[in-house]
Amino acid sequence: MTETLFEKIWNSHVVVERENEPSLIYIDRHLIHEVTSPQAFDGLRQNQRKVRRPDLTIATIDHNVPTTDRSLPMIDETSSTQIKTLENNCKDFGIKLFGINHPNQGIVHVIGPQLGITLPGSTIVCGDSHTSTQGAFGAFAFGIGTSEVEHTLATQTLWLEKPKTFEISATGKRKNSFAVTSKDIILSIIKKIGTDGGTGHVLEYRGNAISDLSMEQRMTICNMSIEAGSRAGLIAPDDKTFDYINNREYTPKNYHDLVETWKENLMSDTNAKFDKSFTIDVEKIEPQVSWGTNPAMVSDVTGIIPTPEEFGHNNEIQIESAKKALAYMNLEPETPITQIPIDRVFIGSCTNARLEDLIDAAEIVKGKTVNSDVSAMIVPGSQMVKHEAEKLGLDKIFKDANFEWRESGCSMCLGMNPDILKPGERCASTSNRNFEGRQGSGGRTHLVSPVMAAASAITGHFVDVRDWC
Amino acid sequence: MKPFSKLISIITPFDKANVDTDQIIPKQFLKLITKSGFGKFLFYDWRFDHDGKPKNGFVLNDSLYQNSQILVTNENFGCGSSREHAVWALKDFGFNVIISPSFADIFYSNCFKNGVLPIILNIEKIHKLLQFKDKVELDLDSQKIILGDESISFEIDSHRKIRLLEGLDDIDLTLKENENIEKFENISSIIPIF
Repeated sequence: MTETLFEKIWNSHVVVERENEPSLIYIDRHLIHEVTSPQAFDGLRQNQRKVRRPDLTIATIDHNVPTTDRSLPMIDETSSTQIKTLENNCKDFGIKLFGINHPNQGIVHVIGPQLGITLPGSTIVCGDSHTSTQGAFGAFAFGIGTSEVEHTLATQTLWLEKPKTFEISATGKRKNSFAVTSKDIILSIIKKIGTDGGTGHVLEYRGNAISDLSMEQRMTICNMSIEAGSRAGLIAPDDKTFDYINNREYTPKNYHDLVETWKENLMSDTNAKFDKSFTIDVEKIEPQVSWGTNPAMVSDVTGIIPTPEEFGHNNEIQIESAKKALAYMNLEPETPITQIPIDRVFIGSCTNARLEDLIDAAEIVKGKTVNSDVSAMIVPGSQMVKHEAEKLGLDKIFKDANFEWRESGCSMCLGMNPDILKPGERCASTSNRNFEGRQGSGGRTHLVSPVMAAASAITGHFVDVRDWC
Repeated sequence: MKPFSKLISIITPFDKANVDTDQIIPKQFLKLITKSGFGKFLFYDWRFDHDGKPKNGFVLNDSLYQNSQILVTNENFGCGSSREHAVWALKDFGFNVIISPSFADIFYSNCFKNGVLPIILNIEKIHKLLQFKDKVELDLDSQKIILGDESISFEIDSHRKIRLLEGLDDIDLTLKENENIEKFENISSIIPIF
């Protein structure tokens, strides 16, 4: 019988399987952060339970860390309490923590791959929906709630109903592979299949337009699977995958033997059956800009904001959503995207704050200056990314152009730390969610790629970055 | 967990699609380290103005629905962030049942862990419920919502149903499988991080 890649990973992790019941699935990697874990550890304490496998568990602090000078005391007392709580919990339960001043600190989905902790064929969970990022390595990686964090800590397993499979084929070649990025590919996919198109399914991204991408670009794609409703999205590993993981701090000792096994097994069989399929030709994709309050409300940079009727077709609910979104965003239908002025630029988040993202953004920014009406910041995804970028002199390029160069963390992707938009401010953001108030109450988010964000910072409005390179 | 029992309640009509968990509980309230006390922050930016005063016209501010335990909403409810705080806030506010044509996967799963019943119904039935003004009776055991003379049946996974009805703790149940977990660990090549 033929199997998809997801089914192979699933089948090799089944601990208990009974007819018409959810299956008990073994978890290979559990990543923890400060926001969704305190109540889970409390639960363990109340029931006098231990962490079953500290050797498969790591923790870091990313969601509410300040991105300014960390030698200063934290102003926000509740954030500080949450961080101290994680430090104490890790100490009490014997979990390795990359704390606020550790060189491995960073956004949890950025450091997993950088440290060689994320492995092909594995099951990976974290109390964060963007765990799907790590599916780029051919892993079944998915976000969980706090109760499931507690369950994983106590049992190293989860009860799951087997998701269906959804093949996303990306074919063709991008016309300008510097200016049209993997962010534009995934936004185009979500625009077509909708924010619930993948609900109940694991996505597998395939085709030559996916193989062409670097590992970091693939992570951007898998990261936003959840924005299409899928808990997980994955890509079959290849030589790029194996090279990326090689020689990292926690790369397994018998790595080369593992690679041989992975090469033989980790791919969907020819003729494997998917429950659903969708194909996109990347040749036609332009740089994308979101105009609304969910990640399916997206236009080509050369396009205009659609009328609610055009957006919703005949679906009343969608038409209403678009009307509400335009009112919130303070935008009129049929406005050209390039005429939308911006106040802020945020280059950061688990979607787009890895080294390549910063290299590409710096290429656009080099020798130019941020528009005087715009305030722009770069928040590297991890301390390792920050350090590598500084070795390349990227910090200097950004600072010379009047970008702020910050410490690593989730920052203004969700604004749990002091990095937030003021009410009414409009931001070009490389993050993943343009929900109402996501980056600050009353703030207006436009999702774009790092090169689009960088170019918009210079001009003060959206601009077709293809004209720049 | 408290067993889920039969309930009689008025319906809170909440006819919105794609309600994300950032709206259900905005991020500034995620810093608590307990599971209780989130109800007062439910839909905070929709419920309150910039001065923290309740907004007129927002359904949850209507005293008519003060004791309602049933929220009826539109498609893709609970999308976005995995934050279980969204379910804690709904539960703490008083909602024990959420009815929608579809739910986001993580939110759906989080509901069951906290004794909240998410029910999926087709859009015609949702419209009927949204317009129903009197109290309804909801019985999980018989999988029925009774609206006066009429009743609407709903589907639910039998295992999830039993766990809710009996208030069973997931971890307790899983620890009974310890032998199987150990067996799996012995035969599989699990790769430790360290």
